[in-house]
Amino acid sequence: MTLIDLANPTRFLALTTRVLPWLAGATVILLAIGLYQSAYAPDDYQQGATVKIMFIHVPNAWLSMFVWGVMSIASLGTLVWRHPLADVAAKAAAPIGASFTFLALLTGSLWGRPMWGTYWEWDARLTSVLILFLMYLGLMALWRAVDDPSRAARAAAVLTLVGAINLPIIKFSVDWWNTLHQPASVMRMGGSTLDKSFLIPLLVMAIGFTLLFVTLHLAAMRNEILRRRVRSLQMMQASRVAFSNEVGTGSHQENASTGAA
Amino acid sequence: MSLGPYASFIVTSYAAAALVVVILIGWIVLDYRNQTQRLRELDRSGVTRRSGLSAMDAP
Repeated sequence: MTLIDLANPTRFLALTTRVLPWLAGATVILLAIGLYQSAYAPDDYQQGATVKIMFIHVPNAWLSMFVWGVMSIASLGTLVWRHPLADVAAKAAAPIGASFTFLALLTGSLWGRPMWGTYWEWDARLTSVLILFLMYLGLMALWRAVDDPSRAARAAAVLTLVGAINLPIIKFSVDWWNTLHQPASVMRMGGSTLDKSFLIPLLVMAIGFTLLFVTLHLAAMRNEILRRRVRSLQMMQASRVAFSNEVGTGSHQENASTGAA
Repeated sequence: MSLGPYASFIVTSYAAAALVVVILIGWIVLDYRNQTQRLRELDRSGVTRRSGLSAMDAP
């Protein structure tokens, strides 16, 4: 099966039916290993046991940006190639991305209170991630506000691509501005500054959460394709009813005029 | 495994993540059931796709 074949929603549905159980199984196994490793990771010499929040906060923060990146690529697919699954992919990803962003904000806040002495600070990193969360909510509201999915798709795609400007701002905010948030310690020039005892559980959790996103995204895309199938069938049903009513009214009027003559 | 003086912050973080993930999974599963149920109802009322396939075909 080639990538072009997946443009067909029916083939895509058949693929998800086969792939989803394996993806779900791999996600559960990786998250279980990651949670075990996180639980037994040593305490940090400065942060103590609160460093364990990192294993849940960082994967969610990465995913908050990664999901918007996926939606941006899907939006290009909608606007440039008019791929039939592109706007399905973008729409299905939004609530999942919003959830990961919410978790990144919440766990960051819970990590910040013992480490910085405050739950929230209006600094560049925290504020730009909050803006990302609000953009997710705005996009979901836009999808709900427009009835016709193809019209909503184009407007949402433009908004998504404009919102992608926020991604490099989030990533480099810790370098460009003076913030409470620490600079990058994993993905940086010169390699990670984290010790292996923290880095390995963090990477396992990050891969586990990424697999969780892929699994949930495919399942949500399947739901969206079925929702559109329901919508088109309901419209067919409604047009049939309208047509039969029209035919009924027409023959009734014809009978009436014949009678009058 | 001792979580130290900030145990409540650590436990709350993990519990919140678990809760949000469970809600997401539940929402997706319920949505799937809802859509397949509506397709079954349309199938029973005799509405078929333009391809001539039943509403419930593939899958």
